[in-house]
Order: sequence, then C-alpha cells, then structure tokens
Amino acid sequence: MIKAYLRLLVFLCSFSLFAQDYFPSNSGVKANNSNYMAFTNAKIHVSPTEVITSGTLLIKDGKVVSVGKSINIPKNTTKIDLSGKSIYPSFIDLHTTFGVAEPKRGGNGPQYAASRSGFYWNDHIMPEQDVMASFKYDAKSASEMHKLGFGVVNTHNPDGIARGTGALIALNNDADNSLRVVDGETTQNFSFKKSVKSRQSYPSSIMGSMALLRQMYDDAKWYAAGNVNTKDLSLEALNGNKNLLQIFEVGSRLDLMRADKVGDAQNIQYTIVGGGDEYERIDEVKSSNAAIILPIDFQMAYDVENPFLASTLSLSDMRSWNQEPHNPRLLAENGVKFALTTHGLKSKKSFKTNLMKAIESGLSKEKALEALTTIPANLLGKSDVLGTLKTGSYANFLITSGDVFDKKTKLYENWVQGMQHVIRNMNVKDIDGDYEFKLAGNDYKLNISGSASKPKAKLESGDNSLGTKMSYSGDWVNLTFTTTDSYKKEYIRVAANAANGNNLSGKATLPNGSEYSFYANRTADSNADKKDKSDSKKSGDSPFMSPVTYPNIAYGYTNKPKAETLLFKNATVWTNESEGVLENTDVLIKDGKIAKIGKDLTDRSAKVIDAKGKHITAGIIDEHSHIGAASINEGGHNSSAEVTIEDVLDDEDIDIYRNLAGGVTSIQILHGSANPIGGRSAVIKLKWGESADNYIYDNTPKFIKFALGENVKQSRSRTNSRFPQSRMGVEQVFMDYFSRAKAYDDAKKSGKPYRKDTEMEVLAEILNGERFISCHSYVQSEINMLMKVAERFNFKINTFTHILEGYKVADKMADHGVGGSTFSDWWAYKYEVNDAIPYNAAIMHNAGVVTAINSDDAEMSRRLNQEAAKSVKYGGINEEDAWKFVTLNPAKLLHLDDRVGSLKVGKDADVVLWTDHPLSIYSKAEKTIIEGVTYFDLEKDKQMRDAIKKEKSELINLMLQDKNKGLKTQPVKKKEKKLLNCDSMDSGY
Amino acid sequence: MKNYIYIIAFLLVSSIGYAQQTPASKQSKDIAIVGATAHIGNGEVIENSLITFSNGKITNIGDATVMKLSTVNMEVIDASGKHVYPGFIVSNGTLGLVEVDAVKASSDLSEMGTFNPHIRSLIAYNAESKIVESMRPNGVLLGQVVPRGGRITGTSSIVQYDAWNWEDAVIKVDDGIHINWPNSFSRGRWWLGEDAALKPNKDYNKQVKELEMYFNESKSYNAGPKDERHLPFESMAGLFNGSKHLYVNVNDQKGITDAVNFTKSQGVSNITIVGGYEAGEIADFLKQNNVSVFLRRVHTRPNNEDDDYDLPYKLAKKLVDAGVLVSLEPSGQMERMNSRNLPFYAGTAVAHGLTKEQALQLITQNPAKIMGIDNMYGTLEHGKSATLFISKGDALDMRTNIVTHAFIDGRQLSLETHQTKLWKRYSEKYNQQD
Repeated sequence: MIKAYLRLLVFLCSFSLFAQDYFPSNSGVKANNSNYMAFTNAKIHVSPTEVITSGTLLIKDGKVVSVGKSINIPKNTTKIDLSGKSIYPSFIDLHTTFGVAEPKRGGNGPQYAASRSGFYWNDHIMPEQDVMASFKYDAKSASEMHKLGFGVVNTHNPDGIARGTGALIALNNDADNSLRVVDGETTQNFSFKKSVKSRQSYPSSIMGSMALLRQMYDDAKWYAAGNVNTKDLSLEALNGNKNLLQIFEVGSRLDLMRADKVGDAQNIQYTIVGGGDEYERIDEVKSSNAAIILPIDFQMAYDVENPFLASTLSLSDMRSWNQEPHNPRLLAENGVKFALTTHGLKSKKSFKTNLMKAIESGLSKEKALEALTTIPANLLGKSDVLGTLKTGSYANFLITSGDVFDKKTKLYENWVQGMQHVIRNMNVKDIDGDYEFKLAGNDYKLNISGSASKPKAKLESGDNSLGTKMSYSGDWVNLTFTTTDSYKKEYIRVAANAANGNNLSGKATLPNGSEYSFYANRTADSNADKKDKSDSKKSGDSPFMSPVTYPNIAYGYTNKPKAETLLFKNATVWTNESEGVLENTDVLIKDGKIAKIGKDLTDRSAKVIDAKGKHITAGIIDEHSHIGAASINEGGHNSSAEVTIEDVLDDEDIDIYRNLAGGVTSIQILHGSANPIGGRSAVIKLKWGESADNYIYDNTPKFIKFALGENVKQSRSRTNSRFPQSRMGVEQVFMDYFSRAKAYDDAKKSGKPYRKDTEMEVLAEILNGERFISCHSYVQSEINMLMKVAERFNFKINTFTHILEGYKVADKMADHGVGGSTFSDWWAYKYEVNDAIPYNAAIMHNAGVVTAINSDDAEMSRRLNQEAAKSVKYGGINEEDAWKFVTLNPAKLLHLDDRVGSLKVGKDADVVLWTDHPLSIYSKAEKTIIEGVTYFDLEKDKQMRDAIKKEKSELINLMLQDKNKGLKTQPVKKKEKKLLNCDSMDSGY
Repeated sequence: MKNYIYIIAFLLVSSIGYAQQTPASKQSKDIAIVGATAHIGNGEVIENSLITFSNGKITNIGDATVMKLSTVNMEVIDASGKHVYPGFIVSNGTLGLVEVDAVKASSDLSEMGTFNPHIRSLIAYNAESKIVESMRPNGVLLGQVVPRGGRITGTSSIVQYDAWNWEDAVIKVDDGIHINWPNSFSRGRWWLGEDAALKPNKDYNKQVKELEMYFNESKSYNAGPKDERHLPFESMAGLFNGSKHLYVNVNDQKGITDAVNFTKSQGVSNITIVGGYEAGEIADFLKQNNVSVFLRRVHTRPNNEDDDYDLPYKLAKKLVDAGVLVSLEPSGQMERMNSRNLPFYAGTAVAHGLTKEQALQLITQNPAKIMGIDNMYGTLEHGKSATLFISKGDALDMRTNIVTHAFIDGRQLSLETHQTKLWKRYSEKYNQQD
C-alpha cells in the first residue's frame, strides 16, 4: 500500500516540477504541488562529519527545507518512516562523459595545417567546445550511476588537449534538462591527448602537448590584450572560461606532475584526474598542491597458476596490483585533497567493490564520504547546494539499510532533486523460514530463503524433494512445483499473499485444473546462519602492502641512498689530468666532492674501501642517450625548439640502473632526429631513486638537438608532405628559422610589445650564445653546410653527434671549433653511413677535434668503456686519450668539465671503481658513485636480486589466494619497455 | 621504384670506385708461424708454439721448444709475443644477405610465406659485400648464412669470408633448416582496439600442431612416389635422413622443452636451440638430450625489467658449466656490421664467469662441431684447414685484438677493407696539410 501511494506521490511531484511557471500548459489545469515530504526516524548523515541519529529530513520542491532531531513539520507534509535506515547525501562524480557520444575518428595520413578557421591554429585546442551542444541525457547510464549512489555528475567532451567546458548534471530521470542541468558551464577541461577527430600531426608527443599548452596560454594573453586583429574563437573561450574549475586529465603520477608544471607557470592550479599511482611519490604529489580526482580502477590479480607464464610478470606490475588499493588511504594520510570518480573503470559495477577494497586497505569511511560528497561539491564551488543535506541543498540523498560503506548494506533509494529512484524495494517483507501445508491429501514442507533479494524455495513431500520455482513481489508469492509423481511432468501452481501475519494464504491450482484454497503455516524463522564465507577472515588488520621503493620497480631503493665519506686505498687512479694514471693511490670522497688524491691518506670519518688491484676513474658521460625519457621525438613540425626533454623525464626506467651498472654517471638525453630543429635536451646525473626533476643538473647547461640528412628529409616515409625533402631544403629551414629568430630577438630587445613565442625564444638563445647545438649528422656536405650557416649568424655549432663522416672534414671542424661525438664502429644501417669507419674518432682526435664516443642506445651505453677501447684497436689511440673519449671529452662538449669528467680535488665525486683495467673487456663496474652517493654496488645488487625473488613469490602467493577465493583474475602480461633511439616516436600520440 | 633504381645505380658506381679486396690465391709456399701463444680452440694453449701449414692444411703444431723441425723453404712468420687463433665462426649469421639495412633494394634477408624450407640462402650470398670484408681484420673468417622470417625460414649454408662468389665461398652446402618456434606470448591487434600488451599466445598449441602436420606431410611425401614434385617437402628430407641439421629459434623454457620433445618425436637427431634466453633454466634437460645452443647475442639488454642486469652476459657460463655445447650467435639489430664484434661477445662472457679458453671455444670449436665442419675447421690441429690468424694480443679484448695476418685454407688474406682505405686516404689528406 505504502508503495503505491509513493508512486502516486512521485507522479505528482514530477508533474509539479515539469510545470515551469512561464511555460504554457495544454495538458490540463496548472496544478503545482506545494506539499512537503518528511523522512523520519532515520540515521541522517547530514555531512561526513555531522550525523543525526533518528532524525527527520524535510524536503520540498527538490530542496532540503530542514533537517534535525525535532524539526517543525508543516501540516501538508507526507511522512515516510525510515526507522532503522540511514540517509546519506548522494555522491558526486566530477569526471564523466555522461550523455556525451564517443568522438569519431577522423581522416587518414599526416596533416600539418589546421582544418578549421576562426579558431586556434591547432585542431587539438578546442576550448570553445561546449559539452551542452552535444549533450543527450542518458537515462540508462543514469540508472547505472544511481545504483552506485551517484546523484550528480560533471560531464565533458573527452577529446582533445583543450577540451572545452563541462557541465554539471543531476541524474534526475523524471525531469528534463531545464531542471537536470545544475550548471551548464562548470569546468574547463584539458589533457595531453590529441583529438581523435583531427589528423593534424602536431603535437606528436607529450612534450609537444606541454609546449602547445604553454604557447596557447601565451597567445591567449596576447589576444586578450587586443594585439590580434583577427578572430580566434578558441582563445576567446579560453580566456572567458578561466574562472571555472580547471580540470586536467592525466593517467599517471608522472603526467600529474607534468600537468601541474604547465599550470604553475600560468598561475593556474589544475584539479587533476590522477592515475592511481600517486602513492609512489606521495611527497611530490602533495607538493603539487593539486586536488586530485581519483580513479579507483584497481587491477585484478594476475592468473599466476602457470609458472612459466607467471615468471614473465614484472615485480612492478605485481606491486601495482598489491599497492593500488592503498592509494586513497595514503593520499588521505598525507593530507592530499581528493574526490573519487568512476572514471577509468572498465565496468562501472566494480566501483563499490573497489571502494570497499580501498576502505579495507585503510581509507577511513569519513574520508571516503568526503571524497564523494563535500570535496567534489567544494571543488565546484557549490557547497551551498551539493554534498550535504543542509537546508537549501538539493534533496539529493540515498536511503540505505545502514552504513553505506559496508559490504552488506543495501541501497534502497536514490533521490535526486527530490525525485525518487528506487533501486530496491525497502518495504519487502522478509518471509524467510520453514512452512508446512497440506494439499490434496499430501503434507508438504516448504523452506523459503533470500526473500529480500533472490527468493528461493525448497519443497519436500514425504521423502521426495520436489522441483520448485518461486517468485515474490508485491507481497504475493507465486510457487510452481512438480507433483510427487516424478514420471509425469505435471505442475501445481500456488498464488499466496504474505501480507498478514506469518502465514501464506491464497489458492492452489492442481494439474487437472481444480482449485483449492492454500494455507501455509510458518513453523520456524530462517536460521540466519552460514554464508558470507569471504567475510569470515576479518578484521581490523588491513591487507599486506608491499613496501614502496624508489623508484617503485625492481632494484628500487627502500631508503634513498645517502652521500658518504669514502676512502679508497691503493687503487690505480685514472685522473684524466696532467698527473695521468697513478698507481697505488688513495682517493678521498667527502661532502659529495673529491677531497684528496694521494698516497697514505687517512680520514677518521671515512668508510675505507680496499681498492688494491682495482681501478678508479671518473664516471662515464654519455653525450647521446635516449634512456630515462617518456618521449623522444616531436615530429609534428619540422622545427620543435619549443619542446624540452626535461618535461618528460622518466624516473623509473630500469635502463638508468643498468647504465649505472656500466659505470655511467651523467648523460645528455637528446631529442630525436625527426626534425632539422629538434627539441631541448635534458642533461642529467643518474641519481637512481630520485624523482624526475632531481636528475637534472643544477645550473644545467642548455642544449638543443638539431638533425640533418635522411631522417629529417623523411627518406623512409611513404608520404612526401613535409618540407624539407632534400638536404637543400634542410639548409633553407635553418636560414629561415635563424632569420626569424634574429628578427624576433631584435624586436624583443627593442622594448616594444611582442608576441611571446617559445620556439623563437629558444632559437634566439642560440644566436646569443646561451644555448648549444648538438647536431645529428652523417655526411660531409651537410656537416660543412651547418657550420657555414652558423658562421653566417655569428655563432658556433657546439657538437656534431654521430658525425660519421667527421673524418672527412675534421680540419674544417677544428677550425670552426666544433666537437665530435661519434659511434665507435656502427655503420651500414642506412645509406648515409656507407662511408662510416671505426677510425673516425681517431682521425678527428688527431686533427684536434674534441672527440667523444656515445651510445644512442640503451644497450651500448652499458659498456661504453669497451666502445672507448675500440679506439685503441681502430686508429691506435693511446689508452689515456681513449678513456677521455667517454669521460672528460664529453664533459667538455657538455660544458661540464669544471664539475665532472676527471678526478681532481674539488670536482664532483662522480667516480667508478672497476674490477680491472677500465678499458678491458674483462672489467666490471663494482661501485658507481655520484656526488658521494653509491648508486650502484655489485654486492648490494646481489642482495636486491634475492629480495626481488622473495617478494615476487610472496605476491604470487597472495594472487593465488585471490584466485582461490573465486575472485576474477586477468591474464599475465609481459612488461615491455620500448627501446628508444633517435627515430622513436611516441605511441598513442 | 625510381628511387631504388637510383640507389642501385649509385651502389654500382660506388663499388667501382672502391673495388673489393681481391681474394687471396691458393697457398703456394709452406708457411711457419713461430713463437706465438697458440690458442687451439679446444681449451688448450701452447705457449711458445710452432705451426706449419702446407697446401692449406696444418702440417705441424706443437711446442717450439720441444719440436725439432726445419723451416727451410718455408715462409717463416716470427710471431713471438703474439697470439694465434683458429678463424672465428659466426653461427646463425646473415652476412652477405643485406648491404644497407635501410635500403630495401639491398636486402635479400627473408622470403614471403610461412613454410619455406626450400628457400636457400647460399645463392643470395654476396661474397663481395663490404660488410663481409670488414670481418677479417677482427679474425672473423667464416660463418653460417641464414635466411630469416616465417615459421620455417629456409635452408642455410656455411661460407668462408674471402671469395669471388658464393660457389667459391661455400664450405658446406645446405647444412640445415631453421625454424621459428611459436611464441608463448602474442600481442593484441591494437588496430582493432585490442590491448597491445604481450599476453599469453592463445594459438600456441594450434601453431605447434600446424608445424607437426607439416613435418608429417613432409615425411609422407618423401616416403611416397613423388608423382607430383613438391619442392618444400622435398627439401625437408635431409632432416629425417640426418643429412641436415635443425635449428630452432626459441627463447622461453617451456618453448624450448616443447621444441626438443617435438623434434625427438619427429625423429630429427641433429638439433640446436637458437636464442635460448631461458635455456640455462633447463640446462640439464638439454644436456641429457644432447641438444646444443646457439646462444643469443651477448651484448643485449635483459628481456625483463626484473632480470639481473648482467643476465645476457652470463648465460653462457651457466650452460657451459652444465656441459651443454654452446656457441654465440649475433642476431638482432645491426647484426651484420656487428658480427665483427663476435670475439668481444666471447670476451664479455669471460668477464662474467668463463675462462678465456672456454669462451674461445664458443666461437671456434663449438660452432664447428654443431654445424658439422669440425673435421676441417674450428681448432688448430694437424690435418685440419689452416684457417687462422695472428693477433698482436688477446683477440677477445678490443684493446689487443690487432690482427696482423689471417689465413683461410692457407691463403693469406688481405686485411684491407673499404674502411681501412678511407682511413688511409683521409689520414693522408691531413698529413699533406701538415
């Protein structure tokens, strides 16, 4: 009865809500319902911190009128008794694509120009995109969200780098958009991902996306100041929407920091849709000051039953599975503000399971509720109407059987804007129990279970167990069962009402059609026993979490290593200075510097290391590396000076550790060779365990990659759509850009207003001698050309890298003053290296060119000492000079020789202890030290191997436990790291 | 197409410009190498050795202080303080099949199709490749020429690296057939929206079955009347009569086990695992089944993030210790130009556990044994081919691998290459300027 009444009520309410005052009505009389509705005797969670036991919630017109223990209830109030039940504010999801169709993929083949006019020059910048223009309310997904407890969602167009505005939608299935749209412009959304609708090539990398965003903001300021005569609707929208909540979607902690960095430079604090791995460097994430919209798309355990397959699982993937559920707790513990989202979940249904997992892993229920209610409301600036059930708020609330964060709790109803959405009937009478009845001379015993959710009946007559089907709705039980004669397939049907007392009464229809009255007498209540095996374990202790290491992969450190005072005794010391190689010599390292070199040194505080028979050298420096970066090429334009590798450092690349094991301490991560003008470099020390930004040198020298030849003219591309296509064109690219940079710099220096252009700023730095070029080069004609271009603009090329025909123009290089950083013996991999010879380094060196040997390869860089030794074989270079090819000379080329590259008192203690002669193939790096910190140690490495094995077996055991519990698993995957080199393009951009 | 024609034309012109070294003529005079440390290739060393060879064959080898031997009428090479080695042998190489990686017109590396046992590498071997000649100054003198691609990739041959043409070059014609064993992992078809990550290969069993069917069909064909000629089946015959060796490219331990069991059940007796990244895990099984391994390139990164950083360096040690016959193979990126680093692959294995002489065996005696050319090549022994070289120092270390003389079948080779000529040409240019 109550239910039917409620339905009527809902109908009336909705009618009143539809009837907007100024809309004509032709469907009857204007009948506005101005009644109140009161929910009484409920445990009301007004907010995460305010709970009223046995209170009343009074609503009217979709809003909360008042809430409290004893409040005034007007006469025209309909009361609903919620004794024993709880009320919560309903949840808010800040990051959905609710009601927005998936964007359609556009065109094929590379495209360099924009496809729109009147908008920004890049198709992927679409701040003018208004989500409401394509919004279509989706009642089906709304119902899905109701079941999870959500009442309001923010939706946006999930496409492009600048994605336009989002809107806040109440999931009110019984209204139309005039009411459901809480706010049509709430957020301005961004990401690093290009629009799938456009094929415009730029940007083709994450660093390109970052550069593009920065330029967009600069251009917007220039536009806002009235300096542009033409129309740019994109920039107008961007400027117009700057006071909305700025949401940036990323997929990982590293991208989170990248987004924050872009925002900081513009004084914009993005609210960032995180990756779920924030716990890996929680301090860093905290320091971003970003509020996080947090997905909880936790992984399923891997199916590790097959040991062959399981052996390919990486520790880092296993840890992600184990650690991710602790992420919300750790963010809460560290005071990071976050809201929870369903974003990222493959199946939205897993939201509650995963939320429970997070709570089991220690997230407090209060925090969980905040993250779903008050925090998102606050971020939207709508705390007055959303997130709590205080007077004036929307009547958006949940009616539950109890604690909303308890596994067993049932969600009955989800009210949005005062409109009821029934999830599950809360007034179902529990009829579980044992019954007896007689029918046509037979005695029956009936057992009913699960009546509140999935009713099930068991029926016996004498010794026979009978096949039964049962349904139960609206107080009526329908029961169909077989007769005791099991050979005949005949059925008896019963329809009985359960509304009165403990009995079932109605009628039964026999197979022959005769009808009898039916009456079943309850003999026993259900024995609320058994089941919930999974809950049996319990409780208190949160699940085991593998310790986080720095970085959080195999060979990461539990505690970051610290600088020590170290005294190496009786080593053979390769100074790279005028002292040459010193036998039986001691080296003292203190405060991160080389403190003393000499005989019989002592230091009381030092850890003494016997280095007899061993060799000590300066750490190896690789002038040309591509490890430790998330992207290498921005190939969308033929010039990409605006991008920088410093933006995309990857602090959890295992190749960093492997390079340390090869005695490498410093590297230059160069942009790739897709463009004549590439991007800026990152010059870093391999401080394994530090976070990305701490890898970069203090007062880092400024470098940029240029490139010539086959790669930049796209010799192996199937399309010929980008200038230049020949070496002739390459020269003109440089002439053009440097001419423009000169003009730009002149304008800037003149003090007049100018449009800030990062690309031009960087090129001007080159002209002004503040930034150095390392140029990918192969054949003598182009090498010569670039030196001549530079001379025309009065600067010098700093380094030719690869420079495989350097030996043909070594004299000209020496005259120009450019260095050469080459491969020891690579050749024949493409046409332009036909004349590459392993004697190249020797000839350049002999001609007076500062010569280095580099890797451009994560494998070769592990044994650059061997590559240097090849110069002894090919060209007869003496051993001390050969050793400088991978230490002091690259330090010179990188303008770092005052700090590293040789063993000299006062220089950085970047040193390697070798087991043997450093140029010998039989030698291994035993310790690799940077600024007094031992980052690689053979002994420690051995211990870590054992620890990895142990931790993996423990995690495998936990995964097997999950599988045995019947939880779903996912197939094993093999972690891959794409080996990056000059030609590498980002995938997925 | 036009581009390719230009490139070919250019290559022709440039090869006229820098003519290849003329292959050495037959040994006409007996030669004696005196005083060198002789590394026999079988694990033994003779400190102060005397080696003589005549008509391309080694006539004497022994301790110079003990041997009484006249070297009158011989060309005597004083090699005291130097080292003599058997010519190094490249297993599973592709030298001579591609000249410039990025120029498709210069590649004859692989044929279309899945089952190609009839495809023969030998006839595409370019004896005048500039890359081949660059092997000799490092002591790398002979090797296998193997096609790539497909499930059954084709038939290899073994050549020496100083010849006018492939007929001249060949040491052993059609020595073996090469298979790529099905992968345990496969990638989703990302272009159809599937996950591109490497996941367990669902078709593994099916692919093994296909291979099994192919072997069975080949046997049936060869047992029958052969009314209609079937070239691929015909070329499989050698596997079953023992005249051809089977090389199976496979890296994971389950795949290796499956491959060994498969070939045994097929009655193939001569089998070698190529790659064998996880072979060390089942070394005893390989030893028991008498299966040898061409071990994947030493100078590579570990396959998995969690692997020991030096795993590729120390794989050889594990297998050798278990008594498995191991040779080192160079396949991978830039494998042809890097094949000259074969001695340094062996040297790295020394840094990670093997003795120098053990490591030497991996590139001399062992590959010769596995490929069935050990009656003539691979060791310095009386009656065997005088295919050897003299190095100023330890040839496994790049600092000291400085080859002064090299011989194939007693013929003294030129150590000049396209590269040494350019070196001299430009050194000369700068000397003129001084």
